[in-house]
Amino acid sequence: MSKSVLIADDEPNIVISLEFLLEQAGYQVRVAHDGQEALEAIQRQPPDLLLLDVMLPRLSGFDVCQKIRENPAWQPMRIVMLTAKGREVEVSKGLALGADAYITKPFSTQELLAQVRDLLADR
Amino acid sequence: MPLGGLILLTSGAYLGILFAIAYWGDKRADVGRSIIANPYIYALSMAVYATSWTFYGSVGRAAASGVGFLPIYLGPTLMAALFWLVLRKMIRISKANRITSIADFIAARYGKSALLGGLVTLIAVIGVIPYIALQLKAVSSSFLILWQYPEIRMPNQGQALGPLQDTALYVALLLALFTIVFGTRHLDATERHEGMVAAIAFESLVKLLAFLAVGIFVTFGLYHGFADLFAQATRLPASDRLLTLGGPAGTYGSWASLIFLSMLSILFLPRQFQISVVENVNENHLAKAIWLFPLYLLAINVFVLPITFAGLMQFPAGSVDADAFVLTLPMAHRQEALALLVFIGGLSAATGMVIVETIALSTMICNDLAMPLLLRWKAFGLAQRSDLSGLLLGIRRGAILLLMLLGYLYYRAAGEAYALVSIGLVSFAAVAQFAPAMLGGMYWKQGTRAGALSGLSLGFLLWAYTLLLPAFAKSGWLPLSFIEQGPLAIAWLKPLALFGLAGLDEIGHSLFWSLLGNLGAYVGVSLFGRQSSREHAQALLFVDVFKVAGRGSSLWRGSASVSEVIALVGRFLGPARAAEAFADYAAQRGRQSSAELVPDADLVHFAEQQLAGAIGTASARVMLASVVQEEPLGMDEVLGILDEASQVLAYSRRLEQQSHELEAATGELRAANARLQELDRLKDDFISTVTHELRTPLTSIRAFSEILNDNPELEPAQRARFIAIIVKESERLTRMINQVLDLAKLESGRAEWHTASLDLAEVIEDAVATTSQLLQEQGVQLGLDLPAQVPPVLADRDRLLQVLLNLISNAAKFCDRQAGRIDIAVQVLPEALRVDVRDNGDGIDPADQQTIFEKFRQVGDNLTEKPQGTGLGLPISRQIIEHFGGRLWVRSARGQGATFSFTLPLGAPTLAAERFSGSETENRA
Repeated sequence: MSKSVLIADDEPNIVISLEFLLEQAGYQVRVAHDGQEALEAIQRQPPDLLLLDVMLPRLSGFDVCQKIRENPAWQPMRIVMLTAKGREVEVSKGLALGADAYITKPFSTQELLAQVRDLLADR
Repeated sequence: MPLGGLILLTSGAYLGILFAIAYWGDKRADVGRSIIANPYIYALSMAVYATSWTFYGSVGRAAASGVGFLPIYLGPTLMAALFWLVLRKMIRISKANRITSIADFIAARYGKSALLGGLVTLIAVIGVIPYIALQLKAVSSSFLILWQYPEIRMPNQGQALGPLQDTALYVALLLALFTIVFGTRHLDATERHEGMVAAIAFESLVKLLAFLAVGIFVTFGLYHGFADLFAQATRLPASDRLLTLGGPAGTYGSWASLIFLSMLSILFLPRQFQISVVENVNENHLAKAIWLFPLYLLAINVFVLPITFAGLMQFPAGSVDADAFVLTLPMAHRQEALALLVFIGGLSAATGMVIVETIALSTMICNDLAMPLLLRWKAFGLAQRSDLSGLLLGIRRGAILLLMLLGYLYYRAAGEAYALVSIGLVSFAAVAQFAPAMLGGMYWKQGTRAGALSGLSLGFLLWAYTLLLPAFAKSGWLPLSFIEQGPLAIAWLKPLALFGLAGLDEIGHSLFWSLLGNLGAYVGVSLFGRQSSREHAQALLFVDVFKVAGRGSSLWRGSASVSEVIALVGRFLGPARAAEAFADYAAQRGRQSSAELVPDADLVHFAEQQLAGAIGTASARVMLASVVQEEPLGMDEVLGILDEASQVLAYSRRLEQQSHELEAATGELRAANARLQELDRLKDDFISTVTHELRTPLTSIRAFSEILNDNPELEPAQRARFIAIIVKESERLTRMINQVLDLAKLESGRAEWHTASLDLAEVIEDAVATTSQLLQEQGVQLGLDLPAQVPPVLADRDRLLQVLLNLISNAAKFCDRQAGRIDIAVQVLPEALRVDVRDNGDGIDPADQQTIFEKFRQVGDNLTEKPQGTGLGLPISRQIIEHFGGRLWVRSARGQGATFSFTLPLGAPTLAAERFSGSETENRA
């Protein structure tokens, strides 16, 4: 069975590109447009990996990440944070909150796919 | 058999050996292999304290007052116990501030005051000259006594001879020459003389060995040990008296004052400061010196009483001066070699003192007396001279010669009026005057320059009145009635019983009054005066030397050119030495050469230290100020000082008031600082937000480009869709960059304005025409309500159009999806035109009505789709309208659409014109 990925981003065009890339790589892809929607999607069916934008409406990526790590049932889920704010502080904050990787926008599609592949292969 | 030629030969050889040692020491120091870097040499060199006054004079004093010779050595022994506390701090302060003499120390402590440095130098010179005279007297009379050998005859004193037959003159000239060659071979910023120290340590060894040799010869050669000698001595009529306190051996009071006096002089005699502070290589050497130095004093005193008693027993009363017992005892017993050794020992005691003392004094005269005067004396043109190192050496050499000749003159004029020991005490009392300013400066932050000046002056005057003038009177330069009846026969002004204080010995009396006046004036004037900020900074550096190591330069802000600074230092140290010093400094800083140095506070501080070594701290400041532009202290330093100041200045109401003002200023400065930091943070946020906003479209562009690149086989429809996204995002990126630049221009006031009188209705119609295509596509209806007559306004047409387009496209974006409608209305108000742009969308939450005018803040239906746009349109529009003197705002409620309104002032067209051209206002007014 193929691995599932949830994309949580509020930029429609970025979502389209990620959706295309991940489906092409053979993953089951779902999309959430803000933090709240992402959490609800996870409650319904936790994905193997979450691509999580930081600047999300309603509930920020950091909050989503924290809530996921608070729930022991969701420990196996891999989290890759995506952000256009590439400052050191943001990176260490994300990693401290339990993200597995941190990718800054604009990203290289190849590197993003490699990162996702590596994290999912670890399991 | 006379010894004549042999004396000269031995003395010559001895001086030759000394010179060889000094030369060797300097050579080793130059290659970095110091021979004096060990605590034994340090302790031995400290024994320069024991001069010929000790070597010959101790026995003389013991013959007159028995154990009364001891306090002079008990004082230093007691003080040695305090070395770790006091002397170590003095050394640390001096190293940290490149201090080269006592005068320099006091001048630097009280705000680098040239006046204070000069005063200290003057006191030191006047106080110490008699002491130098004493050494000359000792050398010349011991030479004359030995010259008579085998006869034992007291020399016919100098006054009878012409100066040219006087041995003392030749001794003085020879010593001057020797000291010049010894101590002023080159200038050095640290003012250290390693070779000299080595030679002085050697001399200390020689004088100790010579004295011990006589002692052993007398005790064990002439008698059968101590017990035998003292047993025979009890038969002397005076022996009881000499061995108990209370009689000629001194009262308890005089013992106390002598001990106290010598405690101070071991610290403040210029030669002791030179040896123990300036020449100190490593402050840890003090740990050994603390017990080695007292041990030395003990050793050189062990045989004083045996020799005294032996002398008293061997020579008929009055035939031989007791001061000469050390020499005459071996002579009387035909011990030629021993007599020669004693003479050499006395010579080394005298030369050691003279050399160090004159070097220390010449440094003071040069740095704290001559340089400040030359610097002030414009006609001399010091500032223009290129290489001053020669001049500096010349001044020092001249000073040494002058000091020696003054010593000789004093010896000729007054030498016979006093026994050796009293002259030494007069000098001790003079340098004791430095104690309040020095010790206070090291431990009391409030001591001020004015306090030090008044303390030193008053103490010095009282010293001169109670010790120096009586000495002059005894020498016959003043009528004796001056002592006996007081000046003008005013009894309470009698110099030896001032204000009726009788019953103390001369020294104790003088010490009491001079130190009382000195300390009282120092503390009193300090308490009632204020410190300048420089004084305060120096006070902190000195008192807190163990806490603030290396903070010396932080209280300085300014600018200078490196080459000017180096050139300045070069003029005093010589260009080669200066270049070398700065190259070393650059190397320490990890720079390739001195050319790469930055002219910062550290560099100026370094230069000041180098100069301070050559010309004293006060003069160094003045010189550096000529090439350095000082700026006011920075905020942090001011805050630091104010913190200190608010504590220090709290003691009187007037000062408290000032303190409050300072606190207020501190508060204001802090607030200003906080505001600046907030601005800085906002700027950071703005840049970070801009970057973030730019990255978002760039992300899509990059992702789709890579997808297209990696997937050549994509279906044409999908391909077209992706390319369309790239195009759209590129446009968004371009728009964003343009708007950021636009906003930056508007905000910085660098935007171009083409202001003209224009018809607002026409501009609105233009805007509507431009957007009609877009509105039609979205099925949005547009209503226009323009009055028949619209008065002209002054504005930039393109900018106004920009605002209208922004408002209309915003309205189109947010109006009702199905039945969108936009209404534009213009009203003519008494003083302005008002434009309303109303849509029939969902409206804007009151909470968001302010934020939409902030940069990059967009409000939209986040659940569905991000609003298109940059988030800069409204902030830009508001900037533009406000530039025209109008206002832009929004009124809305949820579910009832939104109305964006702006006004443009009508006024008199000329008035409006002033707003834009600005400068004409004054002409019209």
